[in-house]
Amino acid sequence: MRPIHYLRCLIGVSIREWLRFLNQRGRFFSALVRPLVWLAIFATGFQFVLGVSIIPPYDTYIPYSIYIAPGLIAMILMFNGMLSSLSMVYDREMGSMRVLMVSPLPRWFLLTAKLFAGVIVSVLQAYAFLAIALIWEIEPPWYGYIAVLPALILAGLMLGALGLLLSSAIRQLENFASVMNFVIFPMFFASSALYPLWHVKEASLWLYRICQVNPFTHAVELIRFALYGQLEPVSAAVLVASTIVFLALAVYGYDPAKGLMARRAAE
Amino acid sequence: MTVSAFAVEGLGHRFGQRRVLNGVSFAIEPGEFTVLLGLNGAGKTTLFSLATRLYAQGEGMIHVFGMDIRERALECLRLMGVVFQQPTLDLDLTVEQNLFYHCALYGLSRREAAERIAAEVVRVGLEERRRDKVRLLSGGLRRRVEIARALLHRPRLLLLDEPTVGLDISSRQFLLDHVRQLCREEGLAALWATHLIDEAGDGARVIILHKGEVRADGGAAQLLGETRASSLRAAFETLVQERAAA
Repeated sequence: MRPIHYLRCLIGVSIREWLRFLNQRGRFFSALVRPLVWLAIFATGFQFVLGVSIIPPYDTYIPYSIYIAPGLIAMILMFNGMLSSLSMVYDREMGSMRVLMVSPLPRWFLLTAKLFAGVIVSVLQAYAFLAIALIWEIEPPWYGYIAVLPALILAGLMLGALGLLLSSAIRQLENFASVMNFVIFPMFFASSALYPLWHVKEASLWLYRICQVNPFTHAVELIRFALYGQLEPVSAAVLVASTIVFLALAVYGYDPAKGLMARRAAE
Repeated sequence: MTVSAFAVEGLGHRFGQRRVLNGVSFAIEPGEFTVLLGLNGAGKTTLFSLATRLYAQGEGMIHVFGMDIRERALECLRLMGVVFQQPTLDLDLTVEQNLFYHCALYGLSRREAAERIAAEVVRVGLEERRRDKVRLLSGGLRRRVEIARALLHRPRLLLLDEPTVGLDISSRQFLLDHVRQLCREEGLAALWATHLIDEAGDGARVIILHKGEVRADGGAAQLLGETRASSLRAAFETLVQERAAA
């Protein structure tokens, strides 16, 4: 197989992901409604509860809705990453995964292609959210819309890779509820998505430390800074490193010789 | 000497303590249509999972056209077309979209893919339905799509794991005839796993797998002779029971 074959495979996997997405309008709708509900209700309710002082990258006092917008974008990426990876688990018991795995390309490439395909869909949803968020006067500078693209891709890759890793470890559909409880909610709440970390630090030092090492915090912060045309280098580094680790573990998980697929069959 | 299309030797596999395959050996030649007959749980799907690298292979050898699957897995996979036991089509995508996706996984260009898809859908009688969503197709037609899909990258070995489960008689016959014709006319080697004894008729070679072991291997007539049974069903029951009693 030559490089052109790899490229064709990547395009094919992306087209399929896109077509599936177009066919599941409910998924698109709920992916957009979820953060909008947070924005419309939660942010309004907490408008005056949380005092947000001037913190970078903002150069003035900001309403709470502006503060949580990057967190909600990261939430879109997280739900999408989890869903597109976990869909492989509950999609007819790994059926579509089998088709992918018997293709004559290396598994690491197939899984990476799957990951990229999911990220394309996620990024488009994030932009759709940003467009609707204009109603709530969430208006980053024009260059922020461009600068945020690499941040969205990187954050999407990290969260998608985490989803892939979980999909290699999880056996059935009902486990998606566990993923919600044990992965999505803790990651979301123990991060800077809803409140600035200095706030958390005042309340609890250990929670602050957890938030600091949570890769989701770094996804949120990378997006937050990028929306104002700034790069947050620590967050970028953490995301690159966690993407590599999660993806490597997922490839290991899907390796028939070592991984979880054989063990899963044994159970 | 010709190289076997598919050869397993001393193949074994266990899930934890439970042994599901034990010393399985046989070879299939190009152009040969072979039925792998066994009850549910005989080890057929495990054998397919090992041959398609979904499970790691421990004991024994698997060769595809002389290549060891452990050493040259990707080349082996390229020569194989697989129809899985469970349905693997995207229901919300059209027949064509499903087939294009498969072509992309094998690195075919859009043009090559379009040509081959056009030819394959005609062969399975689905040219009218190619733009329909798979969800609208009956079980038998979906299977036809899966067989067409397995042939798009022009494999030389076709592995089919219980392809006729849940299908009516005419759909089953269509698939059987189609695959046998491919073997005859195009030199394709096919391994057709089933638990339905009547699919083994018409002079096909039959390998009987029971509790992870090969119990018999030969033409239907040969099996009848060896067991002195009047029908293939009786022969199968004799072969399966003989060892159980022993």
